Amino acid sequence: MPSDSLPLIWRKFGERYDLDGNYCENCKTAYFPARQVCPKCRRRGKLVPQKMPKTGKIISFTEVFSGPAGFEHETPYFIAIIELENGTKLLSQIVDSEKEKIKIGARVEKVFRKISDIDPEGPIAYGYKFKIRE
Amino acid sequence: MRSVSIIGFGCTQFAEHWCKSFRQLIAEAGIEAMMNAKIEGKAIEALYGGSMASGRFVGQEHIGALIADQLGLTPIPATRVENACASGGTALRTGYMAIKSGEHDVVAVGGIEKMTDVGTDQAAIALGGAGDQETELFHGASFPALYALMARKHMEEFGTTEEQMAQVAVKNHHNAMFNPKAQFHREITVQDVMESGYVASPLKLLDCAPITDGAAAVILCETEKARKICEQPIEIIAAEQASDSLSLAGRKSLTETMAAKVAAKKAFEKTGLTAKDIDFAEVHDCFTIAEIFAIEALGFCEKGQGGKFTEQGKTALDGEIPINTSGGLKGKGHPVGATGIAQAVELCLQLQGKAEKRQIKDAKIGLAHNVGGSGATCTIHIFRALEGKK
Repeated sequence: MPSDSLPLIWRKFGERYDLDGNYCENCKTAYFPARQVCPKCRRRGKLVPQKMPKTGKIISFTEVFSGPAGFEHETPYFIAIIELENGTKLLSQIVDSEKEKIKIGARVEKVFRKISDIDPEGPIAYGYKFKIRE
Repeated sequence: MRSVSIIGFGCTQFAEHWCKSFRQLIAEAGIEAMMNAKIEGKAIEALYGGSMASGRFVGQEHIGALIADQLGLTPIPATRVENACASGGTALRTGYMAIKSGEHDVVAVGGIEKMTDVGTDQAAIALGGAGDQETELFHGASFPALYALMARKHMEEFGTTEEQMAQVAVKNHHNAMFNPKAQFHREITVQDVMESGYVASPLKLLDCAPITDGAAAVILCETEKARKICEQPIEIIAAEQASDSLSLAGRKSLTETMAAKVAAKKAFEKTGLTAKDIDFAEVHDCFTIAEIFAIEALGFCEKGQGGKFTEQGKTALDGEIPINTSGGLKGKGHPVGATGIAQAVELCLQLQGKAEKRQIKDAKIGLAHNVGGSGATCTIHIFRALEGKK
């Protein structure tokens, strides 16, 4: 699996550990993951590195009962689209939360977790997940 | 202005074909299309084959040449086209452009997926590649999970219910009863869907299109020539395509598919038609919610009203705008790369009056809506029946 690749896991440290994205100073828009070019301004854009806020709210969610290979031992688990405080959106698992509290509009905060461990001989991928803010 | 018509079509049985290989299936569909067109292989100038993930499903890339070889069509140029679940629709549009441009007069277009040579966990990985590998599949977002996120938001924003989504599956299973090539010939009820167990809430097993093996093919021809050699040519009066962010998080809205709206708008503008002029449509119901999104994007009903519209029976065979007369992806089956071409085959059958028990009365104009991923690619084709040779 490409997602097992050591170089891939290594080059994603900033994005997946610290929510490193970027920001266009021309149109004042934040991007996560970081982009090579601002899709609104293109050549007139000026992208600078920026860390994303660690809190946000749930836009939509689902409880996954049949996951792809590598996630069998975690099912069922929650996946959500989250809007961070600066308006950027990302997809993440929701963990360590009471099921009843996982709703559209619920406030969430970032936590650091193991994401997948597909190959017992291969590297373990870590990254962001989110939990309900108490 | 050059125009393009379909002069022949073929489609294999959609099923779990444990006894047939990738190459057997595409050859079977291709031969049927050539026989149906009543042309010889030497008349075909180029070939386009749509397949989403032949590499992951059967370990075979480079399928353009493989298909040409299996059909005895070498040395014509043969090219694979890939756009996830819209690979078939995109291959069709590519063939259309090859004729429209004046480069070729007769082109074969096929679509195929052989999905059951791997287990469902591996199939889930292959299909997950239609979404964003690094920011969706990596986090465990299966393909049903992506549509579940869209469904949940649609429910919250517009009051769409799980029962309304179930109605899509019930209707499409009913339509598939009349399609001998469909994978399922079994009526289901709303209760069956509701009790079928969550795959990714709110989507249940019977909200999802199945894993299917199958292939379909059409023969395209420049229209003036088509009128001389074919009794019932089907003209492609629009072939449009649009793109959007691969990931759901990158979209402006979770409750509409922008690529479908843009492609449909262009197709309507170019033909001078509106949604009211369409007699029937095949839309991409990989999940029941996807059909609701489709009929809203195409303008058959108001935004947010797709669930109610379906519940009222307006998309049934005898409804205001019959949707998925073939049984759709849900009832007919969904060999992903073949789906866009299989939709074209259904349009041809209806427009030629050969759809037997599922025939729509006075079907003159049909539309096909084929989606890749969770909506990042959409192709829209509009067909009409022409008078051919007497």
